[in-house]
Amino acid sequence: MAGDIQSLSATAAAEAIANGGLTRSELFEHYRIRAAADTLNAFTWVADVEPAPVDGALGGVPLAVKDLFCTEGIPSQAGSKILAGYCPPYTATAVANLEAAGAAVLGKTNQDEFAMGSSNENSAFGPVLNPWDHSRVPGGSSGGSAAAVAAGLAPWALGTDTGGSIRQPAALCGIVGLKPTYGAVSRYGMIAFASSLDSAGPLTRDVADAALCYRHMVGRDGNDATSVVFPEPIETPTAERLDGLTLAVPTALVDGEGIEPGVRQSFEASLDTARSLGATIIDCEIPSARYALSAYYVIAPAEASSNLSRFDGVRYGLRVDESNLDAMYTETRHDGFGAEVKRRILIGTYALSSGYYDAYYGRAQRVRTLVARELAGIFERADFIVTPTSPTVAFGLGDRTSDPLAMYLSDLFTIPMSLAGTPAISIPSGLSEGLPVGLQICGPAFSENRILGAAHALEGAIGFDGSVTWGGAN
Amino acid sequence: MIDRDELLHVARLARLALHEDELDATAGELSTILGHVAAIEELDLEGVEPTAHIGDVSDSLRADHVRPSLARDVALAPAPAIRDDGFLVPSPQGE
Repeated sequence: MAGDIQSLSATAAAEAIANGGLTRSELFEHYRIRAAADTLNAFTWVADVEPAPVDGALGGVPLAVKDLFCTEGIPSQAGSKILAGYCPPYTATAVANLEAAGAAVLGKTNQDEFAMGSSNENSAFGPVLNPWDHSRVPGGSSGGSAAAVAAGLAPWALGTDTGGSIRQPAALCGIVGLKPTYGAVSRYGMIAFASSLDSAGPLTRDVADAALCYRHMVGRDGNDATSVVFPEPIETPTAERLDGLTLAVPTALVDGEGIEPGVRQSFEASLDTARSLGATIIDCEIPSARYALSAYYVIAPAEASSNLSRFDGVRYGLRVDESNLDAMYTETRHDGFGAEVKRRILIGTYALSSGYYDAYYGRAQRVRTLVARELAGIFERADFIVTPTSPTVAFGLGDRTSDPLAMYLSDLFTIPMSLAGTPAISIPSGLSEGLPVGLQICGPAFSENRILGAAHALEGAIGFDGSVTWGGAN
Repeated sequence: MIDRDELLHVARLARLALHEDELDATAGELSTILGHVAAIEELDLEGVEPTAHIGDVSDSLRADHVRPSLARDVALAPAPAIRDDGFLVPSPQGE
């Protein structure tokens, strides 16, 4: 039976429980044992016992939750030493919504500290290993969530995406990751990184699971003033064709330097598959794309420098004992934050400081307007923009840790959509040198149903076999 | 691009201690990153409005009613130090 359980998607597991073919306790225990035996360092906390059952459409299917989400009474450390051991007094809305629909929290997953990173090597709790090759990174910042799903330690997981932190690890681990329209999912209880960019979304084995999870995440929340009512229900995707749909390829960007030949090849094969399903492929340009990365690395640190001011040793988390208040603040932050987080706090503070505000933050916000305009222009003549999700496959542990800029380039294709607040999905498009490649499909705001439909059609035609890792023995 | 004095000023604004042996490396890293993001200076952004936030955030006020919130002891529980009903911190003037 264990092998049978392991082969079930989250959707299929929920159906098996509804039909009486499987009990929720059997399912939870199956994954609890696997998660507790995690050798990838994907989890920072695993439940000892099954949570009290809640009736709902998700039927008790276990859920791994990125550590960035607050979960009441359960460690929520955001990958940071400054929050080591912190158990919040409330649960994030996205998690609470899924629990109310019947999901059972299985564990908390490792991540780059405060979601700042693209390799999961910036975690105070150590790096996560990629299930496809243990000498490589899983991507980041939702690296623990991606690795847990890819290795079959959890049926599905929650992640967050600020500049690519769901899509890039999903791509590097050979699974599906959806970054929603900004505001579709409440940010309440997500430990804030960059508030105008942060989005919560699912990481799953397949597109149908992503739709099922997402359906129970969306909605207006009185505790997040930027959250909105999703204009339509999230449907179960069934499309098998792409007839009548136009996919735009930002050719200059995709042809740029830094993209690996194997990634390029897999992307071209995906375009051929899309054509065979009836889609029309056109060229497009995002002229400001190369400036988007620079704008992002001003805007996100600027917002982070403000958001992370709350970690001061007063109300929660680490305190370094000093004899006066100011030294307590500054030494707590010195000892509690890791190197990348400090870099971004300093960059953000600099960009917002007197004399530099207009040159950095002001200009970056204008670049953001250009990027959003350019994407909107493309969506007037195309249904979707498609790119590889990441310019490379999973890189080696330690390969980029000494060069922050090289690490930042991991997010080249995902950042424009983050700045524009538009939804995008990454699905596996194949292998390059034995490692997964991701295909990104992006649409206008609130086009999630159409994106999930197109992704479902492509997924079926591509026929990627993720069971290579999630079907294994861990 | 950013020297030690400027770095110390920014670190002071951020309430982040930097120790003597960290200054040169940090200044170097920040200069490299700032050099890269300075690419946005090349763009002609005349007449382009800034975007602080995507989406419609108007009409987001709620009624000003008293609502239940965290109990005081629950809110104080994760604090490193408390006294009576409040958070306890060292004196601003030192001991």
